[in-house]
Amino acid sequence: MTAAAAAHVMTRAERRLRTRQRILGIVYLLLAVAMVLGFGVSVADDASSSFGLTAPTAPIALPNLVIPSATTAYLLAAVVAFAGAVQLTRGFGTRGAIVLGLVAFAFVFAFLTWVAAGQSMNLTGLLETTVQRSVPIAFGALSGVLCERSGVINIAIEGMLLSGAFVAAVVTSAFDNPWLGMLSAVVMGGLLGGLLAVLAIRYRVDQIIAGFFINIFVTGLTAFLSVRLLQPYQDELNRPERLGPIAIPILSDIPILGPVLFNHNIFVYLLFGLIAVVHFGLFYTRWGLRVRAVGEHPKAADTVGVNVYWVRYTNVILGGMVAGLGGAFFTIGSTGGFEREMTAGRGFIGLAAMIFGGWNPIGGFLAALVFGFADAIQSRLSILSIAIPSEFLLMVPYIVTIIVVAGLVGRARAPAADGKPYVKE
Amino acid sequence: MAERPRRDASDVPETPASGEPAAPAPEAPEESGNRLLSTLRGMLLPALALLAAFAVGAIVIVISDFDLLGQWGSDPIGAIGASWSAIMATYGALLRGSIGDPGALFGALFSADWEALRRAFGPLSETIVSATPLILTGLSVALAFRVGLFNIGAEGQLYIGSLFAVIAGFSLVGLPWFIHLPIAVGAGFLGGALWGFIPGLLKARTGAHEVIVTIMLNFVALNLIGWALKTELVQREGRSDAISKIVEPTALIPALVQGLRAHWGIVIALLAAVAVWWLLFRSTKGFEFRAVGFNPRAARYAGMSIAWSTVLSMVAAGGLAGLAGTAVILGGSGTLSPGFSPGYGFDGIVVALVGATRPLGVVAAAFLFGALRAGATPMQAATGTPIDLVVIIQALVIMFIAAPALVRAIFRIRAERRTAEVFAKGWGS
Repeated sequence: MTAAAAAHVMTRAERRLRTRQRILGIVYLLLAVAMVLGFGVSVADDASSSFGLTAPTAPIALPNLVIPSATTAYLLAAVVAFAGAVQLTRGFGTRGAIVLGLVAFAFVFAFLTWVAAGQSMNLTGLLETTVQRSVPIAFGALSGVLCERSGVINIAIEGMLLSGAFVAAVVTSAFDNPWLGMLSAVVMGGLLGGLLAVLAIRYRVDQIIAGFFINIFVTGLTAFLSVRLLQPYQDELNRPERLGPIAIPILSDIPILGPVLFNHNIFVYLLFGLIAVVHFGLFYTRWGLRVRAVGEHPKAADTVGVNVYWVRYTNVILGGMVAGLGGAFFTIGSTGGFEREMTAGRGFIGLAAMIFGGWNPIGGFLAALVFGFADAIQSRLSILSIAIPSEFLLMVPYIVTIIVVAGLVGRARAPAADGKPYVKE
Repeated sequence: MAERPRRDASDVPETPASGEPAAPAPEAPEESGNRLLSTLRGMLLPALALLAAFAVGAIVIVISDFDLLGQWGSDPIGAIGASWSAIMATYGALLRGSIGDPGALFGALFSADWEALRRAFGPLSETIVSATPLILTGLSVALAFRVGLFNIGAEGQLYIGSLFAVIAGFSLVGLPWFIHLPIAVGAGFLGGALWGFIPGLLKARTGAHEVIVTIMLNFVALNLIGWALKTELVQREGRSDAISKIVEPTALIPALVQGLRAHWGIVIALLAAVAVWWLLFRSTKGFEFRAVGFNPRAARYAGMSIAWSTVLSMVAAGGLAGLAGTAVILGGSGTLSPGFSPGYGFDGIVVALVGATRPLGVVAAAFLFGALRAGATPMQAATGTPIDLVVIIQALVIMFIAAPALVRAIFRIRAERRTAEVFAKGWGS
């Protein structure tokens, strides 16, 4: 068959797929060039990168991984270039996503090798920080998944996190009991979820405006109260006890994986548990089927007897509770005292992670890890003294989200009825 | 966040099922005699919303005062009096800080003492200073609303606009002010317009929801500013923190009256309001804008380009927000630092909502919230009430305005079909 004939039979969708595939191939090739020029040529020929693999407390010490910097960059660039060439000519078909992941991994590893050229970097510590940084983002993403799968947009994640942080700090300090603090943060998040639900479902306020209102309201109220109450009563109200790390026996002794995953405070384990429960619940239970039906086609769900309003109310309240719990991490799970606007946009990164993760609990968590990784590297840049402005790393989550939303690399699909109020007839 | 799924630029966004009873045409012909009445009726809801917000604000003032709370237990009658005086003291200080002491104003007017006049009009001047950017960001959000777009990105557009204006302000040397100032202001507009163009183009070409894109671009802009202010080109000599060079005196917007902070930026803002009014209600393009915002499907069948309207309106909205930042910087310190905006872009959303997305309403609402902002700092100094009270009140105003049913329930007003016209459209989808 000639090329012209082939083009003739191709449908519009196929042609668009092919175009996208070619663009991606070109992007891979450009990445490979960037890796050679940026991470390979720019370092001294004999420089080597040393990665520490052991946490300071680990019982089994691993030797440092030492690799030649430039050679590693060239090898990884070659892999990426090969992937680009194949992508450009015949494509990877259904395995495209895996290749994309591999390319991203190669690029990031080459970047790290470049960062660590001529010095030493503790890889395990970096990954540990990554998990820490991604915890509130992942809670936020999970909250978003719960709300949006039932068809209610939640851009109030930021406000819910902030309220959780505030309440946890105050209650923990006042009653000297972090568990009570954690519980009250959950209740607070649930209350805000309830408020969002009432505004969105009962009063049918535009859901973006309702969420926006909650964000400003919580920002203003927590700032107001922290000047009015927390500053004069610093010792009584803003000196919370913190929840320390719990090393899980045996698992935490595994080299690399142990300190990265199994030596954190309770929030991290709760997060793992919640992600598993919500994922299973959403995709393998009757409850989840109903939630997804309400989010995709509320009228159809209503017709077969699902109570659309009930499902939406419970899901938004649950989402609020999850975000409130995530907020508690900011104070009693990490730094201690509450500071105004201490969530610093993490709720919006959570929203971004939810979209990047395709409205899926596990996807949202993986996306949160990616964003947490960017944050963790950023926090180490000043120590490693390298020539990349930290601002650009901080931009990564936002730019990635724009690219995903615009569908430049595959498109994430929102639940069909997301953001649309349902009026029962 | 509804419309992300596979959708072509050529696809028409669905008209969302909206909560309020389906609103009539946005500018349905009105009986000319009823016009005043209907305007008054339109103002009723925002006025009640404000009233309710201030009432809740008063409750917050009382509840957050531990001494007062203690008094409620021991001496409830005295506590009522004390609460009342605490509320009055706070709101009184807010008023004095934003408009001034009426007695002092009159006294100064008749005394013809320059210093007394200056001091008496100081608060009003501060209100004008705060209202200037709010008018512009309010117009930015309102213009986008009219085309059915929710511009949460005014904050980012404001920052990028300021950056452009500042660079034009300090890098051009030796020009007379009547050339330099317009160039700097134009650069500010251009910067904002560029930052508005991105979500506009993405929405038109790929259907990417402008709310998400603009939220993300706000953060990108903040980081971009943080980086740019540390580059050699922009950073002030001899400084290690993020702060720009000071613009040339020829690029500064002059003060309205010598000795007061209010500057000619307010005139730029008011001219912009007139321009937006003309664009929306007197020009062909504006008719298309409103048609697309009201019913994209019908607009498309009438041969209008939704994509073009989307891009163009976001460019204009971004430019207006850029002007807001420009006016703050060039009318004030003449230097850019991160965090110079206390959220003008977000306040613009409140202003646009309260002003019912009409230019005149936006101007009025901007003065109102400008007064709140201006009065907040003296209020904190005088009574110790944190300035964040203003943020709480603004948030509550949004809620009450966006949920007309709630306000009606509180004040027991009969449902009025027309009052909800703007809010029934469902910008979200």
